Amino acid sequence: MELPTKTFRVTRADLIRYAGASGDFNPIHWSDRVATSVGLPGVIAHGMFTMALVGRAVAEWAGAADAVVDYGVRFTRPVVVPDDEQGTEIEVTAAIREVTDAGLTRIDITATCHGEKVLSQAKATIRTSG
Amino acid sequence: MSLDPSFVGRTYPPTAPYQVGREKIREFATAIGATEPAHHDPTVARALGHPDVVAPPTFPVVITMAATRQIVEDPDLGVDYSRVVHGDQRFVYTRPVVAGDELVCVNTIEEVRTRGGHGFLTTRTEVTTPDGQSVVTVWSKIVVRGEG
Repeated sequence: MELPTKTFRVTRADLIRYAGASGDFNPIHWSDRVATSVGLPGVIAHGMFTMALVGRAVAEWAGAADAVVDYGVRFTRPVVVPDDEQGTEIEVTAAIREVTDAGLTRIDITATCHGEKVLSQAKATIRTSG
Repeated sequence: MSLDPSFVGRTYPPTAPYQVGREKIREFATAIGATEPAHHDPTVARALGHPDVVAPPTFPVVITMAATRQIVEDPDLGVDYSRVVHGDQRFVYTRPVVAGDELVCVNTIEEVRTRGGHGFLTTRTEVTTPDGQSVVTVWSKIVVRGEG
């Protein structure tokens, strides 16, 4: 079963806010100068920010803020965030893989930016009862 | 980047307890746009059976990223942090993190590999209360990119 698609807009301001809240001040997430000097096309989102947005989608699908019991991803492609008002957009879809007798639901997640996958092997287990 | 495989299985001393603050959870939740009241309102969190506001699922990275510096900054292992990119991340919960928690991290190196000139380092962090009750186990794989 497919779950409803969720989209998240990501701007430079979001990255600055996440840097402050998470303590990850790596300059590739706020300085084009540093990002391009290490071979990136420009400032990229923290992988953990993308993972956090996808985690929001999972919690919304679960209908509870405390439902996630297992959540893992592989970062495959950077999310480039241009320095403008629009930023970029991450689209998140998922499908239910299994519902266990123990009240757990396992879902497989796909996250894309401009149609390209930014995560692979993204999976979550959520407690759906009990 | 070649990493020494003899580091596999090495466990580091427990970190000093991290005090999880209510405002830190609110700040983190706001930064990721998580508006669910359980992250912000203790009354709502208590109605769900938690002692205080509940952290979003990826919040423990705030604690574990700082804790795993004892590995990436271990001079004997010799990771060049400027060449590090994040490979994988996983959280397996015993229970959610809540405001008021005091959390201790114990880091273990689970895997060290070199492939295609790149180094791969997988760490497992057991996040527990000071008396050793499990809260969440966090795996992180970093890739140390080779030269050129």
